[in-house]
Amino acid sequence: MYIWFHKLGSAPTFYKWSGLWLPWLGAICFILFAAGLYSGLVYAPADYQQGDSFRIIYMHVPAAWMSMFVYVVMAVSGAIGIIWHVKLAQIAMISSAPIGFSFTVLALVTGSIWGRPMWGTWWEWGDARLMSEALLLFLYIGVIGLSIAIEDKRKAAQAVAILSLVGLINIPIIHYSVVWLNTLHQGPTVSKFDTPSIDMRMFMPLLIMALAFKLFYVVVLLLRTRNELLWRERRSQWVKNIIQGTSND
Amino acid sequence: MTEFLRFLEMGGYAGYVWSAYGISAVVLIITLLLPLLENKYIRKRIDRMLEEEQD
Amino acid sequence: MNVFTTILKRDLLLAIRYRAELLNPMLFFILIIILFQLGMRAKPEVLITLAPAIVWIAALLSALLSLDHMFRSDMEDGALEQMIISTQPTSLLVLAKIIAHWIITGLAVTLVGPLLGMMLGLSFDATKILFLTLLIGTPILSAIGSIGVALTVGLRRGGVILSLLVLPLFVPVLIFASQTVNTYVGGYSVAAPMSILIALLIFSLSLAPWAASAALRMSVS
Repeated sequence: MYIWFHKLGSAPTFYKWSGLWLPWLGAICFILFAAGLYSGLVYAPADYQQGDSFRIIYMHVPAAWMSMFVYVVMAVSGAIGIIWHVKLAQIAMISSAPIGFSFTVLALVTGSIWGRPMWGTWWEWGDARLMSEALLLFLYIGVIGLSIAIEDKRKAAQAVAILSLVGLINIPIIHYSVVWLNTLHQGPTVSKFDTPSIDMRMFMPLLIMALAFKLFYVVVLLLRTRNELLWRERRSQWVKNIIQGTSND
Repeated sequence: MTEFLRFLEMGGYAGYVWSAYGISAVVLIITLLLPLLENKYIRKRIDRMLEEEQD
Repeated sequence: MNVFTTILKRDLLLAIRYRAELLNPMLFFILIIILFQLGMRAKPEVLITLAPAIVWIAALLSALLSLDHMFRSDMEDGALEQMIISTQPTSLLVLAKIIAHWIITGLAVTLVGPLLGMMLGLSFDATKILFLTLLIGTPILSAIGSIGVALTVGLRRGGVILSLLVLPLFVPVLIFASQTVNTYVGGYSVAAPMSILIALLIFSLSLAPWAASAALRMSVS
Protein backbone atom coordinates (compact mmCIF):
# COMPACT_ATOMS: atom_id res chain seq x y z
CA MET A 1 0.00 0.00 0.00
CA TYR A 2 2.78 2.36 0.94
CA ILE A 3 4.70 1.42 -2.15
CA TRP A 4 1.68 2.11 -4.34
CA PHE A 5 1.17 5.44 -2.65
CA HIS A 6 4.82 6.27 -2.99
CA LYS A 7 4.78 5.35 -6.64
CA LEU A 8 1.76 7.54 -7.15
CA GLY A 9 3.84 10.37 -5.84
CA SER A 10 6.35 9.84 -8.60
CA ALA A 11 5.65 12.29 -11.37
CA PRO A 12 5.67 10.13 -14.52
CA THR A 13 3.53 7.48 -12.84
CA PHE A 14 1.04 10.06 -11.71
CA TYR A 15 1.00 11.64 -15.13
CA LYS A 16 0.36 8.34 -16.83
CA TRP A 17 -2.39 7.20 -14.48
CA SER A 18 -4.14 10.55 -14.38
CA GLY A 19 -4.05 10.59 -18.16
CA LEU A 20 -5.84 7.24 -18.25
CA TRP A 21 -8.46 8.23 -15.73
CA LEU A 22 -9.25 11.69 -17.05
CA PRO A 23 -11.48 10.85 -20.05
CA TRP A 24 -13.61 8.58 -17.87
CA LEU A 25 -13.88 11.07 -15.06
CA GLY A 26 -14.75 13.76 -17.55
CA ALA A 27 -17.47 11.67 -19.13
CA ILE A 28 -19.05 10.73 -15.81
CA CYS A 29 -18.87 14.36 -14.72
CA PHE A 30 -20.66 15.46 -17.87
CA ILE A 31 -23.38 12.85 -17.37
CA LEU A 32 -23.84 13.90 -13.75
CA PHE A 33 -24.20 17.53 -14.76
CA ALA A 34 -26.74 16.61 -17.41
CA ALA A 35 -28.72 14.47 -14.97
CA GLY A 36 -28.49 17.10 -12.27
CA LEU A 37 -29.59 19.90 -14.56
CA TYR A 38 -32.51 17.92 -15.89
CA SER A 39 -33.72 16.80 -12.49
CA GLY A 40 -33.18 20.24 -11.01
CA LEU A 41 -34.81 22.25 -13.75
CA VAL A 42 -37.52 19.88 -14.90
CA TYR A 43 -38.11 17.00 -12.54
CA ALA A 44 -38.15 18.81 -9.20
CA PRO A 45 -41.51 20.45 -8.44
CA ALA A 46 -41.71 24.20 -7.98
CA ASP A 47 -41.37 25.44 -4.44
CA TYR A 48 -44.52 26.45 -2.54
CA GLN A 49 -43.15 29.83 -1.52
CA GLN A 50 -40.40 30.66 -3.96
CA GLY A 51 -41.84 29.24 -7.16
CA ASP A 52 -39.23 28.35 -9.74
CA SER A 53 -36.62 30.77 -8.46
CA PHE A 54 -35.47 28.25 -5.87
CA ARG A 55 -33.94 26.21 -8.70
CA ILE A 56 -30.90 28.42 -8.42
CA ILE A 57 -29.90 26.40 -5.35
CA TYR A 58 -28.85 23.58 -7.66
CA MET A 59 -25.94 25.74 -8.73
CA HIS A 60 -25.54 27.87 -5.63
CA VAL A 61 -25.43 25.27 -2.87
CA PRO A 62 -23.04 22.80 -4.53
CA ALA A 63 -20.77 25.70 -5.45
CA ALA A 64 -20.79 26.92 -1.85
CA TRP A 65 -20.14 23.43 -0.50
CA MET A 66 -17.27 22.98 -2.94
CA SER A 67 -15.77 26.39 -2.14
CA MET A 68 -15.36 25.21 1.44
CA PHE A 69 -14.41 21.65 0.56
CA VAL A 70 -11.66 22.76 -1.81
CA TYR A 71 -10.27 25.08 0.83
CA VAL A 72 -10.02 22.22 3.31
CA VAL A 73 -8.38 19.98 0.69
CA MET A 74 -5.98 22.79 -0.13
CA ALA A 75 -4.99 23.28 3.51
CA VAL A 76 -4.66 19.55 4.21
CA SER A 77 -2.61 18.79 1.09
CA GLY A 78 -0.49 21.80 1.97
CA ALA A 79 0.16 20.37 5.40
CA ILE A 80 1.03 16.98 3.92
CA GLY A 81 3.21 18.66 1.34
CA ILE A 82 5.39 20.58 3.75
CA ILE A 83 5.47 18.14 6.65
CA TRP A 84 6.40 15.08 4.60
CA HIS A 85 7.91 16.92 1.65
CA VAL A 86 5.52 15.41 -0.87
CA LYS A 87 5.86 17.60 -3.92
CA LEU A 88 2.67 16.34 -5.52
CA ALA A 89 0.70 17.46 -2.47
CA GLN A 90 2.30 20.89 -2.71
CA ILE A 91 1.35 21.15 -6.36
CA ALA A 92 -2.18 19.95 -5.62
CA MET A 93 -2.50 22.70 -3.02
CA ILE A 94 -1.35 25.46 -5.35
CA SER A 95 -3.48 24.14 -8.19
CA SER A 96 -6.60 23.97 -6.03
CA ALA A 97 -6.61 27.64 -5.14
CA PRO A 98 -7.88 29.06 -8.46
CA ILE A 99 -10.54 26.35 -8.65
CA GLY A 100 -11.78 27.11 -5.15
CA PHE A 101 -11.78 30.77 -6.06
CA SER A 102 -14.02 30.10 -9.07
CA PHE A 103 -16.44 28.12 -6.92
CA THR A 104 -16.55 30.90 -4.35
CA VAL A 105 -17.27 33.50 -7.03
CA LEU A 106 -19.99 31.23 -8.35
CA ALA A 107 -21.53 30.78 -4.91
CA LEU A 108 -21.54 34.52 -4.24
CA VAL A 109 -22.95 35.53 -7.62
CA THR A 110 -25.68 32.88 -7.73
CA GLY A 111 -26.45 33.56 -4.09
CA SER A 112 -26.86 37.23 -4.83
CA ILE A 113 -29.12 36.54 -7.81
CA TRP A 114 -31.18 34.12 -5.74
CA GLY A 115 -31.34 36.59 -2.89
CA ARG A 116 -33.03 39.24 -4.96
CA PRO A 117 -36.38 37.53 -5.46
CA MET A 118 -36.16 35.79 -2.09
CA TRP A 119 -35.13 38.61 0.25
CA GLY A 120 -35.61 41.59 -2.01
CA THR A 121 -31.96 42.54 -1.86
CA TRP A 122 -28.82 41.77 -3.89
CA TRP A 123 -26.59 41.85 -0.83
CA GLU A 124 -27.15 41.76 2.89
CA TRP A 125 -24.24 42.98 5.00
CA GLY A 126 -25.52 41.46 8.21
CA ASP A 127 -25.90 37.91 6.95
CA ALA A 128 -23.28 35.71 8.57
CA ARG A 129 -23.06 33.03 5.90
CA LEU A 130 -22.84 35.54 3.11
CA MET A 131 -20.11 37.51 4.84
CA SER A 132 -18.18 34.36 5.62
CA GLU A 133 -18.35 33.29 1.99
CA ALA A 134 -17.06 36.71 0.98
CA LEU A 135 -14.27 36.21 3.52
CA LEU A 136 -13.45 32.91 1.87
CA LEU A 137 -13.13 34.76 -1.41
CA PHE A 138 -10.51 37.06 0.06
CA LEU A 139 -8.70 34.13 1.65
CA TYR A 140 -8.41 32.55 -1.78
CA ILE A 141 -7.22 35.82 -3.29
CA GLY A 142 -4.62 36.05 -0.52
CA VAL A 143 -3.44 32.50 -1.16
CA ILE A 144 -3.20 33.02 -4.91
CA GLY A 145 -1.49 36.38 -4.40
CA LEU A 146 1.08 34.92 -2.02
CA SER A 147 1.84 32.00 -4.32
CA ILE A 148 2.53 34.45 -7.13
CA ALA A 149 4.52 36.88 -4.98
CA ILE A 150 7.08 34.33 -3.79
CA GLU A 151 9.28 33.21 -6.61
CA ASP A 152 10.94 30.15 -5.12
CA LYS A 153 8.49 27.26 -5.52
CA ARG A 154 9.49 25.49 -2.35
CA LYS A 155 9.21 28.63 -0.26
CA ALA A 156 5.93 29.51 -1.92
CA ALA A 157 4.52 26.11 -1.00
CA GLN A 158 5.57 26.54 2.62
CA ALA A 159 4.10 30.02 2.84
CA VAL A 160 0.83 29.10 1.19
CA ALA A 161 0.48 26.01 3.37
CA ILE A 162 0.90 28.11 6.51
CA LEU A 163 -1.54 30.72 5.26
CA SER A 164 -4.24 28.25 4.28
CA LEU A 165 -3.95 26.38 7.55
CA VAL A 166 -4.37 29.64 9.44
CA GLY A 167 -7.36 30.58 7.29
CA LEU A 168 -8.86 27.16 7.96
CA ILE A 169 -10.27 28.57 11.18
CA ASN A 170 -12.67 30.51 8.97
CA ILE A 171 -14.38 27.33 7.82
CA PRO A 172 -16.03 26.31 11.09
CA ILE A 173 -16.98 29.93 11.63
CA ILE A 174 -18.89 29.79 8.35
CA HIS A 175 -20.55 26.56 9.30
CA TYR A 176 -21.64 27.49 12.79
CA SER A 177 -22.24 31.20 12.27
CA VAL A 178 -25.82 30.40 11.35
CA VAL A 179 -26.27 29.07 14.85
CA TRP A 180 -24.29 31.77 16.64
CA LEU A 181 -25.75 34.88 15.08
CA ASN A 182 -29.40 35.49 14.15
CA THR A 183 -29.51 36.57 10.58
CA LEU A 184 -31.43 36.35 7.34
CA HIS A 185 -30.08 33.14 5.90
CA GLN A 186 -32.42 30.17 6.25
CA GLY A 187 -31.46 27.40 8.61
CA PRO A 188 -29.09 24.75 7.29
CA THR A 189 -31.13 22.64 4.91
CA VAL A 190 -28.85 19.65 5.05
CA SER A 191 -27.47 18.18 8.23
CA LYS A 192 -26.08 14.71 8.57
CA PHE A 193 -28.26 13.70 11.46
CA ASP A 194 -31.59 15.32 10.74
CA THR A 195 -33.97 14.20 8.08
CA PRO A 196 -33.85 16.76 5.30
CA SER A 197 -36.51 19.35 5.72
CA ILE A 198 -37.27 19.37 2.01
CA ASP A 199 -38.99 17.07 -0.43
CA MET A 200 -36.91 14.16 -1.79
CA ARG A 201 -37.71 15.19 -5.35
CA MET A 202 -36.13 18.54 -4.60
CA PHE A 203 -33.27 17.07 -2.62
CA MET A 204 -32.03 14.47 -5.07
CA PRO A 205 -30.96 16.90 -7.82
CA LEU A 206 -28.94 18.67 -5.14
CA LEU A 207 -27.03 15.48 -4.38
CA ILE A 208 -26.44 14.78 -8.05
CA MET A 209 -25.15 18.30 -8.64
CA ALA A 210 -22.96 18.06 -5.53
CA LEU A 211 -21.37 14.92 -6.96
CA ALA A 212 -21.02 16.56 -10.37
CA PHE A 213 -19.23 19.52 -8.83
CA LYS A 214 -16.91 17.26 -6.84
CA LEU A 215 -15.94 15.37 -9.93
CA PHE A 216 -15.50 18.62 -11.81
CA TYR A 217 -13.04 19.74 -9.16
CA VAL A 218 -11.09 16.48 -9.45
CA VAL A 219 -10.95 16.77 -13.24
CA VAL A 220 -9.74 20.36 -13.26
CA LEU A 221 -7.31 19.64 -10.42
CA LEU A 222 -5.79 16.76 -12.37
CA LEU A 223 -5.49 18.93 -15.47
CA ARG A 224 -3.75 21.71 -13.56
CA THR A 225 -1.48 19.34 -11.66
CA ARG A 226 -0.40 17.65 -14.87
CA ASN A 227 0.45 20.99 -16.42
CA GLU A 228 2.50 22.00 -13.40
CA LEU A 229 4.33 18.67 -13.40
CA LEU A 230 5.16 18.92 -17.09
CA TRP A 231 6.57 22.37 -16.62
CA ARG A 232 8.55 21.69 -13.46
CA GLU A 233 10.13 18.54 -14.87
CA ARG A 234 10.54 19.85 -18.39
CA ARG A 235 14.20 18.89 -18.41
CA SER A 236 13.63 15.28 -17.47
CA GLN A 237 13.55 12.33 -19.82
CA TRP A 238 9.97 11.32 -19.22
CA VAL A 239 8.70 14.76 -20.21
CA LYS A 240 10.90 14.71 -23.26
CA ASN A 241 9.35 11.43 -24.30
CA ILE A 242 5.86 12.83 -23.96
CA ILE A 243 6.48 16.10 -25.75
CA GLN A 244 8.47 14.62 -28.57
CA GLY A 245 5.99 11.87 -29.02
CA THR A 246 8.00 8.80 -28.19
CA SER A 247 5.52 7.81 -25.46
CA ASN A 248 1.77 7.46 -25.58
CA ASP A 249 0.77 9.82 -22.77
CA MET B 1 -44.26 24.06 -27.65
CA THR B 2 -46.18 25.84 -24.94
CA GLU B 3 -44.75 23.37 -22.44
CA PHE B 4 -41.26 24.41 -23.44
CA LEU B 5 -42.10 28.08 -23.27
CA ARG B 6 -43.54 27.60 -19.81
CA PHE B 7 -40.34 25.84 -18.82
CA LEU B 8 -38.27 28.77 -20.09
CA GLU B 9 -40.42 31.22 -18.22
CA MET B 10 -39.61 29.60 -14.86
CA GLY B 11 -42.80 30.83 -13.26
CA GLY B 12 -41.92 34.44 -13.91
CA TYR B 13 -38.42 34.21 -12.51
CA ALA B 14 -36.80 33.61 -15.89
CA GLY B 15 -34.41 36.54 -15.56
CA TYR B 16 -33.01 35.36 -12.26
CA VAL B 17 -32.85 31.66 -12.95
CA TRP B 18 -31.33 31.86 -16.40
CA SER B 19 -28.80 34.54 -15.57
CA ALA B 20 -27.70 32.48 -12.57
CA TYR B 21 -27.33 29.36 -14.70
CA GLY B 22 -25.78 31.33 -17.52
CA ILE B 23 -23.09 32.88 -15.33
CA SER B 24 -22.47 29.48 -13.73
CA ALA B 25 -21.96 27.92 -17.13
CA VAL B 26 -19.53 30.64 -18.14
CA VAL B 27 -17.51 30.37 -14.93
CA LEU B 28 -17.36 26.57 -15.08
CA ILE B 29 -16.40 26.51 -18.73
CA ILE B 30 -13.64 29.05 -18.19
CA THR B 31 -12.37 27.06 -15.20
CA LEU B 32 -12.23 23.98 -17.39
CA LEU B 33 -10.78 25.64 -20.47
CA LEU B 34 -7.92 27.47 -18.80
CA PRO B 35 -5.86 24.39 -17.95
CA LEU B 36 -6.65 22.82 -21.32
CA LEU B 37 -5.33 25.85 -23.16
CA GLU B 38 -2.40 26.08 -20.80
CA ASN B 39 -1.53 22.49 -21.59
CA LYS B 40 -1.24 23.29 -25.27
CA TYR B 41 0.86 26.32 -24.51
CA ILE B 42 3.20 24.43 -22.19
CA ARG B 43 3.73 21.63 -24.65
CA LYS B 44 4.63 24.12 -27.34
CA ARG B 45 7.07 25.91 -25.13
CA ILE B 46 8.79 22.76 -23.93
CA ASP B 47 8.96 21.49 -27.47
CA ARG B 48 10.61 24.68 -28.64
CA MET B 49 12.99 24.60 -25.70
CA LEU B 50 14.00 21.01 -26.39
CA GLU B 51 14.59 21.79 -30.04
CA GLU B 52 16.79 24.73 -29.21
CA GLU B 53 18.85 22.60 -26.89
CA GLN B 54 19.34 19.91 -29.46
CA ASP B 55 20.68 22.32 -32.07
CA MET C 1 13.19 32.99 29.47
CA ASN C 2 16.20 35.24 29.36
CA VAL C 3 16.11 35.87 25.63
CA PHE C 4 12.35 36.35 25.88
CA THR C 5 12.66 39.26 28.28
CA THR C 6 15.65 40.60 26.41
CA ILE C 7 13.67 40.88 23.20
CA LEU C 8 10.70 42.34 25.03
CA LYS C 9 12.80 44.99 26.72
CA ARG C 10 14.73 45.77 23.55
CA ASP C 11 11.60 46.31 21.48
CA LEU C 12 10.06 48.54 24.13
CA LEU C 13 13.26 50.57 24.44
CA LEU C 14 13.45 50.99 20.68
CA ALA C 15 9.84 52.10 20.64
CA ILE C 16 10.47 54.75 23.24
CA ARG C 17 13.55 55.95 21.42
CA TYR C 18 11.74 56.21 18.11
CA ARG C 19 8.60 57.74 19.48
CA ALA C 20 7.63 59.14 16.10
CA GLU C 21 7.01 55.67 14.75
CA LEU C 22 4.78 55.00 17.72
CA LEU C 23 2.73 58.11 17.17
CA ASN C 24 1.83 57.43 13.57
CA PRO C 25 -0.55 54.50 14.08
CA MET C 26 -2.07 56.24 17.11
CA LEU C 27 -2.68 59.42 15.13
CA PHE C 28 -4.11 57.33 12.35
CA PHE C 29 -6.49 55.66 14.78
CA ILE C 30 -7.80 58.94 16.15
CA LEU C 31 -7.95 60.49 12.71
CA ILE C 32 -10.10 57.72 11.24
CA ILE C 33 -12.67 58.05 13.98
CA ILE C 34 -12.80 61.82 13.68
CA LEU C 35 -13.06 61.63 9.90
CA PHE C 36 -15.95 59.20 10.18
CA GLN C 37 -17.86 61.67 12.28
CA LEU C 38 -17.12 64.57 9.96
CA GLY C 39 -18.01 62.57 6.90
CA MET C 40 -21.18 61.07 8.19
CA ARG C 41 -23.19 63.77 9.97
CA ALA C 42 -25.45 61.04 11.22
CA LYS C 43 -28.16 61.36 13.83
CA PRO C 44 -26.99 60.47 17.35
CA GLU C 45 -29.07 57.29 17.52
CA VAL C 46 -27.52 56.05 14.28
CA LEU C 47 -24.04 57.01 15.40
CA ILE C 48 -24.39 54.96 18.56
CA THR C 49 -25.10 51.77 16.59
CA LEU C 50 -22.15 52.50 14.32
CA ALA C 51 -19.75 53.55 17.07
CA PRO C 52 -18.33 50.11 18.00
CA ALA C 53 -17.70 49.24 14.37
CA ILE C 54 -16.05 52.60 13.69
CA VAL C 55 -13.72 52.28 16.64
CA TRP C 56 -12.87 48.73 15.74
CA ILE C 57 -12.27 49.45 12.07
CA ALA C 58 -9.93 52.23 13.11
CA ALA C 59 -8.19 49.77 15.43
CA LEU C 60 -7.79 47.26 12.60
CA LEU C 61 -6.37 49.77 10.17
CA SER C 62 -3.93 51.27 12.63
CA ALA C 63 -2.81 47.77 13.62
CA LEU C 64 -2.17 47.09 9.95
CA LEU C 65 -0.13 50.24 9.69
CA SER C 66 2.01 49.36 12.69
CA LEU C 67 2.55 45.71 11.81
CA ASP C 68 5.04 46.41 9.10
CA HIS C 69 7.63 47.44 11.66
CA MET C 70 7.39 44.18 13.55
CA PHE C 71 10.10 42.24 11.83
CA ARG C 72 11.41 44.50 9.13
CA SER C 73 14.17 46.24 11.06
CA ASP C 74 15.18 42.92 12.57
CA MET C 75 15.45 41.44 9.12
CA GLU C 76 17.61 44.24 7.91
CA ASP C 77 20.14 44.13 10.70
CA GLY C 78 20.33 40.36 10.87
CA ALA C 79 18.73 40.08 14.28
CA LEU C 80 16.01 37.92 12.77
CA GLU C 81 18.45 35.22 11.75
CA GLN C 82 19.91 35.29 15.22
CA MET C 83 16.43 34.74 16.60
CA ILE C 84 15.89 31.72 14.43
CA ILE C 85 19.16 29.93 15.02
CA SER C 86 19.25 30.63 18.75
CA THR C 87 18.79 27.78 21.19
CA GLN C 88 15.52 29.26 22.40
CA PRO C 89 12.43 28.09 20.51
CA THR C 90 11.66 30.67 17.86
CA SER C 91 7.96 30.65 18.73
CA LEU C 92 8.77 31.90 22.21
CA LEU C 93 10.74 34.77 20.76
CA VAL C 94 7.90 35.57 18.37
CA LEU C 95 5.55 35.65 21.35
CA ALA C 96 7.85 38.24 22.90
CA LYS C 97 7.60 40.32 19.76
CA ILE C 98 3.82 39.99 19.71
CA ILE C 99 3.55 41.15 23.30
CA ALA C 100 5.93 44.02 22.64
CA HIS C 101 3.91 45.02 19.59
CA TRP C 102 0.70 44.96 21.59
CA ILE C 103 2.13 47.07 24.40
CA ILE C 104 3.33 49.59 21.84
CA THR C 105 0.19 49.78 19.73
CA GLY C 106 -2.78 47.75 20.99
CA LEU C 107 -2.59 48.94 24.58
CA ALA C 108 -2.73 52.57 23.52
CA VAL C 109 -5.72 51.86 21.28
CA THR C 110 -7.43 50.03 24.15
CA LEU C 111 -7.03 53.03 26.40
CA VAL C 112 -7.90 55.74 23.89
CA GLY C 113 -10.61 53.89 21.99
CA PRO C 114 -13.28 53.97 24.71
CA LEU C 115 -12.85 57.74 25.09
CA LEU C 116 -13.48 58.14 21.37
CA GLY C 117 -16.38 55.75 21.70
CA MET C 118 -17.98 58.02 24.24
CA MET C 119 -17.37 60.93 21.90
CA LEU C 120 -19.38 59.00 19.32
CA GLY C 121 -22.23 58.78 21.78
CA LEU C 122 -21.84 55.46 23.52
CA SER C 123 -23.17 55.26 27.05
CA PHE C 124 -20.70 54.80 29.89
CA ASP C 125 -21.68 51.16 30.37
CA ALA C 126 -21.45 50.38 26.67
CA THR C 127 -18.03 52.01 26.67
CA LYS C 128 -16.93 49.64 29.41
CA ILE C 129 -17.91 46.74 27.16
CA LEU C 130 -16.06 48.39 24.27
CA PHE C 131 -13.00 48.65 26.47
CA LEU C 132 -13.22 44.95 27.26
CA THR C 133 -13.52 43.99 23.61
CA LEU C 134 -10.50 46.13 22.79
CA LEU C 135 -8.53 44.66 25.67
CA ILE C 136 -9.26 41.13 24.50
CA GLY C 137 -9.29 41.82 20.79
CA THR C 138 -6.23 43.96 20.11
CA PRO C 139 -3.78 41.26 21.23
CA ILE C 140 -5.51 38.98 18.73
CA LEU C 141 -4.69 41.52 16.03
CA SER C 142 -1.03 41.55 17.04
CA ALA C 143 -0.94 37.76 17.07
CA ILE C 144 -2.65 37.23 13.72
CA GLY C 145 -0.72 40.13 12.25
CA SER C 146 2.59 38.56 13.22
CA ILE C 147 1.78 35.62 10.93
CA GLY C 148 1.13 37.91 7.99
CA VAL C 149 4.30 39.90 8.63
CA ALA C 150 6.35 36.72 8.99
CA LEU C 151 5.06 35.49 5.63
CA THR C 152 5.81 38.72 3.77
CA VAL C 153 8.87 40.17 5.47
CA GLY C 154 11.16 38.87 2.73
CA LEU C 155 9.12 40.25 -0.15
CA ARG C 156 9.82 43.48 -1.95
CA ARG C 157 6.29 44.87 -1.91
CA GLY C 158 5.50 43.10 1.33
CA GLY C 159 3.26 45.84 2.69
CA VAL C 160 0.64 45.57 -0.02
CA ILE C 161 0.17 41.85 0.18
CA LEU C 162 0.35 42.01 3.97
CA SER C 163 -2.95 43.90 4.05
CA LEU C 164 -4.48 41.40 1.64
CA LEU C 165 -3.44 38.46 3.78
CA VAL C 166 -4.19 39.85 7.20
CA LEU C 167 -7.49 41.71 6.75
CA PRO C 168 -9.59 38.59 6.00
CA LEU C 169 -8.19 37.05 9.15
CA PHE C 170 -8.97 40.22 11.12
CA VAL C 171 -12.60 40.35 10.06
CA PRO C 172 -13.95 37.70 12.47
CA VAL C 173 -12.45 39.74 15.33
CA LEU C 174 -14.15 42.86 13.98
CA ILE C 175 -17.48 41.09 13.66
CA PHE C 176 -17.51 39.52 17.09
CA ALA C 177 -16.12 42.56 18.88
CA SER C 178 -18.61 45.05 17.42
CA GLN C 179 -21.35 42.44 17.81
CA THR C 180 -20.56 42.24 21.51
CA VAL C 181 -21.05 45.94 22.07
CA ASN C 182 -24.16 46.09 19.91
CA THR C 183 -25.61 43.11 21.72
CA TYR C 184 -25.06 44.89 25.00
CA VAL C 185 -26.67 48.08 23.74
CA GLY C 186 -29.59 45.99 22.50
CA GLY C 187 -30.11 44.72 26.03
CA TYR C 188 -29.07 41.11 25.57
CA SER C 189 -26.42 39.11 27.38
CA VAL C 190 -22.93 39.49 25.97
CA ALA C 191 -21.77 36.12 27.28
CA ALA C 192 -21.83 34.40 23.89
CA PRO C 193 -19.89 36.81 21.66
CA MET C 194 -17.56 37.71 24.52
CA SER C 195 -16.63 34.10 25.16
CA ILE C 196 -15.99 33.66 21.45
CA LEU C 197 -13.62 36.63 21.58
CA ILE C 198 -11.81 35.12 24.55
CA ALA C 199 -11.60 31.80 22.74
CA LEU C 200 -10.14 33.58 19.71
CA LEU C 201 -7.58 35.24 21.95
CA ILE C 202 -6.44 31.99 23.53
CA PHE C 203 -6.43 30.28 20.18
CA SER C 204 -4.46 32.96 18.39
CA LEU C 205 -1.92 33.49 21.16
CA SER C 206 -1.14 29.80 21.34
CA LEU C 207 -1.00 29.11 17.60
CA ALA C 208 0.22 32.33 16.03
CA PRO C 209 3.78 32.25 17.42
CA TRP C 210 4.14 28.73 16.11
CA ALA C 211 2.82 29.59 12.64
CA ALA C 212 4.76 32.83 12.50
CA SER C 213 8.05 31.17 13.39
CA ALA C 214 7.50 28.57 10.66
CA ALA C 215 6.84 31.42 8.25
CA LEU C 216 9.93 33.31 9.46
CA ARG C 217 12.10 30.29 8.85
CA MET C 218 10.78 30.22 5.31
CA SER C 219 11.22 33.94 4.75
CA VAL C 220 14.75 34.10 6.04
CA SER C 221 16.09 30.93 4.44
